[in-house]
Amino acid sequence: MKYIDEFRDSTMAQQIAANIAFETNPQRNYHLMEFCGGHTHAISRYGIVDLLPGNVHMIHGPGCPVCVLPIGRVENAIQLAQTPGLILCSYGDMLRIPTANGMSLLKTKAQGADVRMVYSSADAVKIAQKNPQHQVVFFAIGFETTTPPTAVAIKQAQALGLSNFTVFCNHVLTPSAISHILQSPEVRQFGLVPLDGFIGPAHVSTLIGSRPY
Amino acid sequence: MCLAIPACVEQLIAENHAIVNLGGIRKEISLALVEDIVPGDYVIVHVGFALQKLDQLEAEHTLAMFAEMSALNKDI
Repeated sequence: MKYIDEFRDSTMAQQIAANIAFETNPQRNYHLMEFCGGHTHAISRYGIVDLLPGNVHMIHGPGCPVCVLPIGRVENAIQLAQTPGLILCSYGDMLRIPTANGMSLLKTKAQGADVRMVYSSADAVKIAQKNPQHQVVFFAIGFETTTPPTAVAIKQAQALGLSNFTVFCNHVLTPSAISHILQSPEVRQFGLVPLDGFIGPAHVSTLIGSRPY
Repeated sequence: MCLAIPACVEQLIAENHAIVNLGGIRKEISLALVEDIVPGDYVIVHVGFALQKLDQLEAEHTLAMFAEMSALNKDI
């Protein structure tokens, strides 16, 4: 069991698609919101829309922490990065996000700010260890899956006695995003976004389980 | 950042870290968020951390459910 190939059986997938087409009622439409940007990517990449009957519609959800982050937070991060002597560590996803005036962390770096792309929050702690004369700020974003690694980084920095490591915390929660959509006037009052169901983020449930839903 | 991928633990190293193999690429990750990992286990890796140990029985159960969904209405 390698947990990848076993889940990529095209014959079985086509049979499941045929069964979905058989089970759906041609008299009605189905609107399903996939929560994650990762889902949206997989749906496009593997042509899932073409496998589904025409009356089953996939709606892109809010589950991309980069997309749902208020742009003001990117502006805050740019201001931090422009502070002399400060090192701003960020996941690569955030670097190209443009602000209203066309700035980005990547452009800020090009102008001389010390912006470092990290793969992991642990890398930001290592940078703080190596640069005791600089304040190191980790631009923490993400849903439930990225939050525990940020917490580990904070504990690790504390255990190492680092006084130059801080976190700019922008973590968000999945169930709140879903209930925000369900409570919105577009869904409740105006019926502009018909929804019959959600496809939830499985890796979030490895952390929070299914009860919060 | 959002990708969480299954990887095989090859070797346990100092500070509760491990070397994992991701389809031939070897990478050091942290085991701070999981317990009782031994070489040969599969873990879900996300931003350099193992988030969960994969359970072979659970995976087989999911695959069995896929097979069941695939077999429904086979006569159509």
